[in-house]
Amino acid sequence: MVRHGYEKNPVGAHYGVGNWLVQRFSAVVMALYTLCAVPYILWRSPASYGQWKALFAGGFFRLATLLAIVAIIWHAWIGMRDILIDYLHGFALRLGAQVVVAVVLVFYLIWSFSILWGP
Amino acid sequence: MPPEIESPILARGTTNKMSAASKPRPKYYELNLAHHWPPAVLSIFHRITGAALFFPILPLLLWMLQSTLDSESGYAKWRDLLANPVAKLAVVAAAWFYAHHFFAGIRYLLLDMHFWAGKPAARASALAVFALGAIAALAVAGCVW
Repeated sequence: MVRHGYEKNPVGAHYGVGNWLVQRFSAVVMALYTLCAVPYILWRSPASYGQWKALFAGGFFRLATLLAIVAIIWHAWIGMRDILIDYLHGFALRLGAQVVVAVVLVFYLIWSFSILWGP
Repeated sequence: MPPEIESPILARGTTNKMSAASKPRPKYYELNLAHHWPPAVLSIFHRITGAALFFPILPLLLWMLQSTLDSESGYAKWRDLLANPVAKLAVVAAAWFYAHHFFAGIRYLLLDMHFWAGKPAARASALAVFALGAIAALAVAGCVW
């Protein structure tokens, strides 16, 4: 048997299981946020600019919102990656699409941070 | 002998009997959505709604959040825009996509934990997800109108 500098794992790299778990935990984070934030916003029922602004002035609500957005972005990366792998064939096309999705998601993350903590 | 079951997964004119003689090849699968069972349609909708939530629903929401929090004029602009019936319809559509993805995702979490994993139960829960998504969308429609 020829041995090279590394040994290839015959049953895969196992990052699929990690992605699968992240997909589920991020889903739970988003579901909890939805189940808490929707009643909270309905309870506050902001009817003016001042009340809407005050809703997001709360540190905990802002932090929870950012946490949910991070969960969305991670979840979207795994989901979009699965879709691209299934429907886009060819190395250049798939890699190109994955890079576009990744850049867009990083943009969303920075944008969200600047909305919630910006001036 | 168990009865032969007609399955839409198998090619027309074949059965699930695992004998070489009854399997003409190549097989042509029925790919029309109307011929799939609810779990298969649900799975496709989970992908479509997920992709639509990634783009354009999420950036539109971020844009709205940014301009409504940014200034009083931005808030007024979006309030006036959302009074438009077409914009209300878009809000209901986005809510429906989110609700469908939400309930379908919870169904997948339950299936992962082996709840309702049997075929009849999985079909019933898929139909329940479609119903819940529609009910949530109607509830949002009731709120915006």
